[in-house]
Order: sequence, then structure tokens, then C-alpha cells
Amino acid sequence: MSILAYNGGCVVAMRGKDCVAIATDHRFGIQAQTISTDFKKVFHIGPRMFLGLTGLQTDILTVRDRLMFRKNLYETRENREMCPKPFSAMMSSFLYEHRFGPYFIEPVVAGLDPKTMEPFICNMDLIGCPNAPDDFVVAGTCAEQLYGMCETLWKPDLEPDQLFEVIAQSIVNAFDRDAMSGWGATVYIIEKDKITERTLKTRMD
Amino acid sequence: MDLDNARDLPRAGFNFDNCKRNATLLNGGFKPPTTTKTGTTIVGIIYKDGVILGADTRATEGPIVSDKNCAKIHYLAKNIYCCGAGTAADTEMTTDLISSQLELHRLQTDREVRVVAANTMLKQMLFRYQGHISAALVLGGVDKTGPHIYSIHPHGSSDKLPYATMGSGSLAAMTVFESRWRPDLSEEEGKKLVRDAIASGVFNDLGSGSNIDLCVIRKGSVEYLRNYELANKKGERQLDYRFKTGTSTVLHTNIKDLLVTERVQAVPMEIS
Repeated sequence: MSILAYNGGCVVAMRGKDCVAIATDHRFGIQAQTISTDFKKVFHIGPRMFLGLTGLQTDILTVRDRLMFRKNLYETRENREMCPKPFSAMMSSFLYEHRFGPYFIEPVVAGLDPKTMEPFICNMDLIGCPNAPDDFVVAGTCAEQLYGMCETLWKPDLEPDQLFEVIAQSIVNAFDRDAMSGWGATVYIIEKDKITERTLKTRMD
Repeated sequence: MDLDNARDLPRAGFNFDNCKRNATLLNGGFKPPTTTKTGTTIVGIIYKDGVILGADTRATEGPIVSDKNCAKIHYLAKNIYCCGAGTAADTEMTTDLISSQLELHRLQTDREVRVVAANTMLKQMLFRYQGHISAALVLGGVDKTGPHIYSIHPHGSSDKLPYATMGSGSLAAMTVFESRWRPDLSEEEGKKLVRDAIASGVFNDLGSGSNIDLCVIRKGSVEYLRNYELANKKGERQLDYRFKTGTSTVLHTNIKDLLVTERVQAVPMEIS
């Protein structure tokens, strides 16, 4: 088994029309044993920016803290908010620094540019190879199932309400076919003027 | 003062803090994770007025296609581009690093950088890491000494060739060049040849796929043809899988209002 699948969990992000969505499951386990069902792998790191991290739990928390340190330092020095694009570039170089002793995580960034309000999504492999497509990004133990769901349900220019249904159905049906993920899910819809957080009812097995 | 600063700054270069921990974890029977690879067909040829580089656009993680339209022709300098195959992060970061060093070199010497300089810098870097940075490159450019194509292997060896191929689709692409390349091809013939070489990689090699990117470098001008040919378009969806609002059962909703207030204030002009 890959070390990335030790704790289980998944994250998916999608672009919509003037909005982005990011969703996470709630499971934290040690292999087949479930430890907790309220661990959200998505962190609110800026007014309109979210960071999702899947993989080894210890590294999720360490990387989150290290990135926040660098981000806060940037914002203090520059006296302005960090946009999702430079944040991803910073994360990419942070992960590549650890090229020969990587953190076992797969990150996803979703957010709106604070100036232009342009939607932005991005994911990386564990050594920081960036990938910023214009549809959706996935990470975690049920990445294959998520690719399938997103590829059929997603379409361009979805309004926030429709985007919510699409991402919710994608993640729920993907992790129902994965023993390592699930046990509840949370969806965040990021719009210009508000962020909507919805907790989904899912199978708890 | 300087010493105090130095203490706080993170050290440049790679960080090996996690290596011992990771080795212990992997010894415990866990498989090492897969990184994004560009299985890849990348090629470069010399034609009458310069060079043409070509690449497919597929990135894979094991058997999964992780990016269907990634760019594998990287910018090095105004007159030099470089195609990368191997571990995607390595090719990306290596070319970025050398690109910035070439720009500094250009500013220092006040001359257009030569392709041979880029080749030397790349191979010296790769040799220093003894093949652990798995970047297989096709370097191409035009300088005052003429057009050049180099192929550089991950361990730091390089060949200077009139036509080169790299990556998992290199054999498929090389068959096209071996049968049809000749000196002094015209630009149209050259583009067609490179397109055919990449296409044979796309259709015969599983590590390569999706679209075809080209980059034509002539003396004094560059034409980067991103998605020159969309060889594999996604089909039109026949049905509309629209969900009724409320399909997904929601337990809690929490709306965070960002309180965007916008006020436009007219500033009277100063009249003196």
C-alpha cells in the first residue's frame, strides 16, 4: 500500500461561472480502522482561498503550518493579500525543496483572485509539479473514481447552485466506492461576496 | 547584523530533513508514492532556417492521465527552448532554474546566449545530481553560430544532433525521422515532419497522448504553436445530467458573508 493511502481521504475542486467549489470528506483513519469522522482536509487560508491537503495526516498538518508561516511572512512583508496563483507557485517550490525527502501529501488550491475575481484551481503531485486546468482537480485515495464522476458531470459555466450539486454528487458517489474515504463531506462554494459551507448527509460506513 | 539575518533565512537548495523518516516508513513495507511523469514523445529537428521542437501534451501518474493538456516545451531564453520528458516536476524546475541563470548570464555578458551554454549548464547540473533528477531533455535554439539541437540524458550526457527524440515515444518518433529527415527541409516540410513524428508517438505509445505542440525557432524570431493540432477532441455530451436543486441532502449550511462594500468617491480636481 502506498503511504499516501495510510490515513485515507479525498479532496476535489471545480471551477464554475465566477465561482469555485472545493469539497472534502471527513474521515481520518489508520489503514482500515477509523479514528475520527470530523477531520476536514480543507483549510480556509485567505478571504477567498482554500487549501486542500490529502495524504499522510502528520504531513497534512505540518505542511499546512509551514505554508501558513510563509504566507503570513509574505503578507506582512508585502502588506497585501496573497493571491491563489503566487500561493501555488510558493507551494510548488516548497514541495520541490523536499524533492529527495518529500512530504507525503497531494495538495489542491481553490480560490478567487482578490483583484480580478478570476476563478483559480490547481493541484500538484507530492514533489510540486503544478497542474492548473480549466475544469476540475482531484486528489486522494479515490482520485480515479473522482476523475470518472467529474468527467461526466462537470460542464463549463455552472452557476453556484448547480456547481454545488455537481461537486456534491461527484464526491459522494466517488467515495462510496472507496473504503478509505467518506464518513461525511463538506462542500465550500466560494463566490465574490460570500462563502457557503454545506455539510452533506452521506453513508456512514 | 548579517549573521543575524543569515540565521533566519531558510537555506537555499534541497532540504533533506524528511529523508531518514521517509526511509524508515518505506522500510516498514509501504510503497513509495508515484510522482507525475511525462511519459512523453519530444522531438527536435534542424531545418533550413532554424530548428523546430515538438511535444505531446499528456502527463501521467502511473496508469492515470493526470493532465490532458500540459505544456512540455519550456522557455529557456528568447532564442532557446527546451522540451522535457521524465518526472514532470524535475523537467519544470530544472528548465526554470537554468532559464533564470541564462538570463543573468545574458545581462552579465551583454550578448545573446548561445545554445551550447544552455547545454553545458543543463548537463553540468544533471551530472551533479547523478541521475536522481530524472529530466530527459531536447534542447533547441538558434544563435550567431547557427541552429542547434542537443539531446540531454538524465545522467548528464548530451549529443549534438541534426534530429533528436526523447521520452517513451522516442522510438516511434525516430522511425519517422530516420525514414524522412533530410538536410535543408523547408519550414512547411519541417513542421509536417515533426507533426508526424509526434503523432506516431501519440498513437503508438501509451505514455504519450492528447495534442501536439510545436515551437519554430528561426534566426531572430520564435513561433510557439501551442496546441498546433488537437488530435484527440473530447466528444460532445449527448444528455444533460442536470440535477434538481436539493438533490444532495444538506445537514448544515453556513454562509459567510464577505461584506463587500464598494463606494466610489469622486475626487474634485485641483485647480490652481
